[in-house]
Amino acid sequence: MVALISTIAWLVPAFPLLGFLITGLAKNRLKNNQAGIIASTLVSFSFITAVILFFSLRSSGQDSVTVTLFNWISAGDLKIPFAFLIDHLSITMMLIVTGVGALIHIYSIGYMHGDERVNSFFAQMNLFTFSMLLLVMGANYLILFIGWEGVGFCSYLLIGFWFKNPAFNYAARKAFVMNRIGDLGFILGIILLFFTFKSVSFTEVFAQAGTLQAGAPLITLITILLLVGAVGKSAQIPLYTWLPDAMAGPTPVSALIHAATMVTAGIYMIARSSILYNLAPITLNIMIGLGLATAIFAAVIGLRQNDIKKVLAYSTVSQLGYMFLALGLGAYSSAVFHLTTHAFFKALLFLGAGSIIHAMGGEQDIRKMGGLRKKMPVTYFTFLAATLAISGIPPFSGFFSKDLILTKAFENNPVLYVLALGGALITCFYMFRLLYLVFFGDQRLSSAHPHESPRVMTIPLIILSILSVFGGFLNIPELFGGKSGLGEFLHSAIISKVTEELAGSTEIGLIISSLALLGLIILLAYRTYVKKAIIPAEDSKSLSSFSKAITNKFYIDEIYTALFERPFGFLSDFFFYNVENKVLDAAVDGIGTATSRLGGLARKLQAGNMSFYLFAMVGGILLFIIFILIV
Amino acid sequence: MVFLFYLLSAIMIICALLVVFSKSPINNVIYLIVCFLAMAGHYILLNAQFLAVVHVIVYTGAIMVLFLFVIMLLNLNKAIILRKSTVTRVSAVITGGIFFLVLLAATRQTFEIHAKYPFASDFGLVSGIGKVLFNEFLLPFEMSSILFISAMVGALMFGKKDV
Amino acid sequence: MKDISSAIQLIPLENYVFLSVALFSIGMMGVLFRRNTIAILMCLELMFNSVNLLLTAFSAYHSDPAGQVFVFFIMIVAAAEVAVGLSIIVMMKRNVDSVDINLLNRLKW
Repeated sequence: MVALISTIAWLVPAFPLLGFLITGLAKNRLKNNQAGIIASTLVSFSFITAVILFFSLRSSGQDSVTVTLFNWISAGDLKIPFAFLIDHLSITMMLIVTGVGALIHIYSIGYMHGDERVNSFFAQMNLFTFSMLLLVMGANYLILFIGWEGVGFCSYLLIGFWFKNPAFNYAARKAFVMNRIGDLGFILGIILLFFTFKSVSFTEVFAQAGTLQAGAPLITLITILLLVGAVGKSAQIPLYTWLPDAMAGPTPVSALIHAATMVTAGIYMIARSSILYNLAPITLNIMIGLGLATAIFAAVIGLRQNDIKKVLAYSTVSQLGYMFLALGLGAYSSAVFHLTTHAFFKALLFLGAGSIIHAMGGEQDIRKMGGLRKKMPVTYFTFLAATLAISGIPPFSGFFSKDLILTKAFENNPVLYVLALGGALITCFYMFRLLYLVFFGDQRLSSAHPHESPRVMTIPLIILSILSVFGGFLNIPELFGGKSGLGEFLHSAIISKVTEELAGSTEIGLIISSLALLGLIILLAYRTYVKKAIIPAEDSKSLSSFSKAITNKFYIDEIYTALFERPFGFLSDFFFYNVENKVLDAAVDGIGTATSRLGGLARKLQAGNMSFYLFAMVGGILLFIIFILIV
Repeated sequence: MVFLFYLLSAIMIICALLVVFSKSPINNVIYLIVCFLAMAGHYILLNAQFLAVVHVIVYTGAIMVLFLFVIMLLNLNKAIILRKSTVTRVSAVITGGIFFLVLLAATRQTFEIHAKYPFASDFGLVSGIGKVLFNEFLLPFEMSSILFISAMVGALMFGKKDV
Repeated sequence: MKDISSAIQLIPLENYVFLSVALFSIGMMGVLFRRNTIAILMCLELMFNSVNLLLTAFSAYHSDPAGQVFVFFIMIVAAAEVAVGLSIIVMMKRNVDSVDINLLNRLKW
């Protein structure tokens, strides 16, 4: 079985790469849906291979298999093979990436139908899938980093996919630059890792990590640097503002990259490095703070967003905050579990949103929708399932994963639990607000003629909704007679911090109280948006100062502009006008001018005048003789 | 007879200077001929009678006549004022002087060696040179005929009106 | 003949070196001095002859006939050179209607 894994592991990333090459190189030849069909088929192959790998790994009885493809870098101490690490964590991620990825690819065939650059779209999507697979499969930090940069680059390409719109281009650039900030921290962390352990391979680093003392400054610094990378990639405070803007891309892109996979790369990386993080309690505390703050902050902003994709974007940021909270609590497998369920229901939400936007003819403002329940039943029911899942209503998947995190928070500190629960309630409110505004009431935009999406779009929705509903059963806690399947499965790859178990009665009490609160919230949302049919105010209307602040996302973008962009612009201007123009350009121009002046002088020697040449010849002979005489 | 050497030398140098400084090309040629005749005298002094005769025949007889022919052909006997600028002429004179001094300085070191060699020449007649020429230097002598032919052809080529 | 050779023995070799150097320098000065191409060619002949004189003198004082044979060959070469040089001047006169050396300023290409 191990031999089988070693033999076919490379196929998983190879299929999307092949798809990228085919659709990318032949993009001027492929017609209609050919590119989409090729891309989807290859990603599906990749998924099938991942499934085979999964079962082989289970039956092999081994925890991990390292597949070395070739020796990549070999210089002095630095020996980095191009290797894949197939273990329980990476196989989970591979299944998510290829599975959800394949569904979204299929969905995109319908969604992107008729777009003039559809072939480029699929090429980029395949490249993204390839990079993401490198990221999760790499056996060392460097390969992880290649994938990390690859997904960042694809994200840039796909956010700016409709590059004719300057605002979309700006959003792409913003995402790229903000990710660079994180990447700088990440690569510094990798370098420091190499200096400390003389290796960047996961197995070797983790084997040596035990020799370090817990809480040592070195390990804290390493983990913080890696955390900076994760914060950038996974859109946490303070580097989250790119994610809402990234909604400029096509909706399947938002579903695949900015909800299900790429943004979870930070979570994956920290879960992968769990051994290091267990040694750095300070970093864990920072992560708790960051995660909780992001979860609540983004949820509050989400309350007053009126763009359907923006609501989902802030919801993504918020859910990522929960995952960070779980990581900070040392419950890495809970974070990965929430990552998994989130991938299902958030991809579903985005695809549903895409279906709605498609039906509304490109309209994204929820104030102009309404009454779509009858017109689009499949979309409605799948969207409802996803909403219930994200709100944490049992037995939908979100309930299990979110409840696990909340329980861990309670074990750590009841205050954390209360704050996290508050965030969850807000999430529930804005999700139901979205649901009610879009699907209930009357249709408010008379010009649109909403219709159910074609089957190629609805079937992925249905599959994802099944996953969203039942995904939680992967990891039924012991409280409900389950075996924490996923947690146990991941146990070999992730060393979670062991905290004391709560008494079953406390846990049940917590669940019941939170469910009661959720019910109240849903009722409140129903009363507000269905019974009273309140439509959020137009942008021009004056609001109270607090809601105005929320509507404007707490002016974070403006603050960043004033704090970083402006001084940077001033500095750039200064250097451009003073250093570049006056010093560097002058130096370069000066060299050019001096050369041509000297050339002008030397040119006069070559005037072609015979008598001058004769003089020069005699002078040369004279000098020659004098030289011989003197020497 | 020592007087003869100095007389010939004086004539040579004066004529050479006149060649440089006189303006008319015809005068130049005349002075040069006088200079060469004085040189033929020097050859006789050095007991190189064969060279003296050949010199007079080749230089004064052939080459200088060639010069005169060309001047006549090109109608250059009218004194065309072709003078370089004063600066150039002054610097030419200065360069010549410096060249003279430098060459003297260069040859001065060899004077002691010269002093060891007294005059000893008894081969300057036709028979003496002839023996050497046709024994040791036969091949170069024959080869020089090729040089002449090529020079002749070259001169003809240049002289033709439309090549 | 005896007369001449006895008299010449009173003249040291240095005097011939001086004379040759003087003639050579004058010829070279003339090359730099004149603009007329024919005059320049004549000055070249002057330089040739100074070298001839020196070779003959060395040959005579060294009692080596090879030197005088060299002079003979130099004369051959000089004759050839003058023939070619004069024909070049004729062609120059024909083409640019002048024998001014300053007109020959195409050597920069």
